Amino acid sequence: MGAIFDNFGSGVIPLEGYIFISLIMFFTGIYGFLSRKSLLMILISIEMILNSADINFAAFNRYLYPDQMEGFFFALFTIAISACETAVAIAIVINIYRNLNNVEVDSLQELQEPESTETKTEI
Amino acid sequence: MEYTLYILILPLLSFIVLGLMDTKWKPRVAGTIGTAVLTIVTALSYYTAWEYFSTANLNGTYQKIIAFNTVWVQFNEYLHIDMGILLDPISVMMLVVISTVSLMVHIYSLAYMKGERGFERYYAFLSLFSFAMLGLVVSTNIFQMYIFGEMVGLSSYLLIGFYYTKPEAVAASKKAFIVTRFADLGFLIGILILSYYTKTFDFGILTSCDANVFASFSGVTFMGASALSWAMALIFIGGAGKSAMFPLHIWLPDAMEGPTPVSALIHAATMVVAGVFLVARLFPIYITFTPEVLHGIAYVGAFTSLFAAVIAIVQTDIKRVLAFSTISQIGFMMVALGVSGYGGQAGTGYMASMFHLFTHAMFKALLFLGAGSIIHAVHSNEMTQMGSLKKFLPVTRWTFLIACLAIAGIPPFSGFFSKDEILAATMHFSPGLGVMMTFTAGVTAFYMFRLYYRIFHGKAYQTTNGHTPHESPVAMTLPLVFLAVVTIFAGFIPFGKFVSSDGAFYHIHIDPTIATISVVVALAGIGLATWLYRRENDVPSVVARKFSKIYRAAYHRFYIDELYLFITKKIIFKRISTPVAWFDRHIIDGTMNGLASVTQWTSLKTKGFQSGKVQHYAYVILLGTLIIAAIVIFI
Repeated sequence: MGAIFDNFGSGVIPLEGYIFISLIMFFTGIYGFLSRKSLLMILISIEMILNSADINFAAFNRYLYPDQMEGFFFALFTIAISACETAVAIAIVINIYRNLNNVEVDSLQELQEPESTETKTEI
Repeated sequence: MEYTLYILILPLLSFIVLGLMDTKWKPRVAGTIGTAVLTIVTALSYYTAWEYFSTANLNGTYQKIIAFNTVWVQFNEYLHIDMGILLDPISVMMLVVISTVSLMVHIYSLAYMKGERGFERYYAFLSLFSFAMLGLVVSTNIFQMYIFGEMVGLSSYLLIGFYYTKPEAVAASKKAFIVTRFADLGFLIGILILSYYTKTFDFGILTSCDANVFASFSGVTFMGASALSWAMALIFIGGAGKSAMFPLHIWLPDAMEGPTPVSALIHAATMVVAGVFLVARLFPIYITFTPEVLHGIAYVGAFTSLFAAVIAIVQTDIKRVLAFSTISQIGFMMVALGVSGYGGQAGTGYMASMFHLFTHAMFKALLFLGAGSIIHAVHSNEMTQMGSLKKFLPVTRWTFLIACLAIAGIPPFSGFFSKDEILAATMHFSPGLGVMMTFTAGVTAFYMFRLYYRIFHGKAYQTTNGHTPHESPVAMTLPLVFLAVVTIFAGFIPFGKFVSSDGAFYHIHIDPTIATISVVVALAGIGLATWLYRRENDVPSVVARKFSKIYRAAYHRFYIDELYLFITKKIIFKRISTPVAWFDRHIIDGTMNGLASVTQWTSLKTKGFQSGKVQHYAYVILLGTLIIAAIVIFI
């Protein structure tokens, strides 16, 4: 991380800076995904993870291959796909809400075998 | 003569319609349809017989006519199963016998089975049986005969087990089915050996006894006998099972659990002579290539005949007496076939066998229907509960007496003529065998008149619960009278003109010596029975006590059933089946159950991982990723 401090105030943002931001966003997303109970918050966490990947694409493209555009295009694709994914996810969340009247992730247990019926079947 | 096809199709249709409608129609409708169809079939059979015997005669010899033939299943050039109709003297004769007896039984059953549960089902089964039996006798090839033979066995099973709520009836039907099935296994193997070498199933080719057809048999031996002998002996076993020859006779007495008209039709007149018919059908092969097997058949028949006659003396169930009498009479037919030669006067036995088959079918059906009439009146099979019934059942009594005289061989009743020919043929073959058969004929006369006297004479009838026996309705007495008339006059049919071993005319001569001896022996049997049973006295019980050992052995049918039970239960079930069953339950099933329970145990233990909680999965994924990353980086 030395490069960040070396170039501090020089007006140039080093690659590590972008990666650092991306890293923070990624783990924020992971943390949110694991700890939040609301489906909407989990969805937002996923968006966060995806966006951290977008930042990486753009940054690596800019620093490693400045005269090419593949990384940017990838970032655009990812944004488009995440938009689709969000739309689908929101649709699912709305349906869950209609059925269960809440959007808590722990309440999604309809398909699970109840704990009490754990009996051995007769052979 | 394509119309003969309808003889088969009509009963089949009747079976299908009655079987499908079952209880949807009133019993009377079902009975009427079944009887009407059989009436048409009978008329057709008679017409067939008339047309055949008046037109098929070429230069004094009856030709075989293939009225209809179609390839049913074609496997390859040689192996194909045909279905067809073969008309020759014996099949036409059988058509007449079967349709007549079947029609009589149909009419009789209208009254006898009235009000029974399953009346419609009964008529459907009767139709099925008629179809199968008629199909059997007109078979053009041995495989068709086998198929129809199985169908006959099936309908016999269904009809014996008609009272399926009675455990004895169910046991009897299973016994009949299993015993005949074992015999049919021999039959099938015999057919396969025979057709493997001759490359054909067809009766026409087989019975032509062309040496080329049988050429591939030459030199093939197995355990000291030629393959052809084995084949023919195995085929005879099939016939012996159906015809209740010793030691496969055990099913027939138990088959009496079925309704009495069924016993008359299946277990007296038609199905049980299928074995005789089979031997007669293949007779040219037996006589040309394997005379030793044919002689074996004669000895088996003779032994069975005497054996069954002795048992019949001591039975008290009237239907059982008749059943053993049937076995004994079929033994006579087998003996006659066994001692017969081919062609001309040498073929006496063949002609006599078929003649006896014909007359026996009539008078034995009459006896059974008469027994049904008695049972209908008394509501019991046991002769101990009968006696002095002559004043209550006049028609039954007289017709029964006629049948008894016929089976005893008293002229001019039909049994005399056919039995006399059998005795003549046997005497000609071997005097020892002839004497034995004559003795058996005497025993026959004795036990039939014992039966007659104990039913219609002797001790006074004890009326139970105020019920007086009464004569049966017309629908039952009419068949009795008809069959009695046939029994009286059938002996005068010039049978040799119609049926003989080679199709040529055969003139029946009655040898006065043999005829006199057989009549004297029969009269002696009747006289003895009259002395012992005409009036109630102590002599029979004294005699029984004197020979108590042999009496008890005969009463228990010489313990043949017990022997079978011992072999099956104690040896086969205990020593073979039980270990095999144990192996199946514990080793084969155990392996499969073990696999299943290990899988189940594993899944029960690991199913906790599948919590269904999204975030739980995410933790695991993350943990996995971290571990993999750590491995990649640090190792």
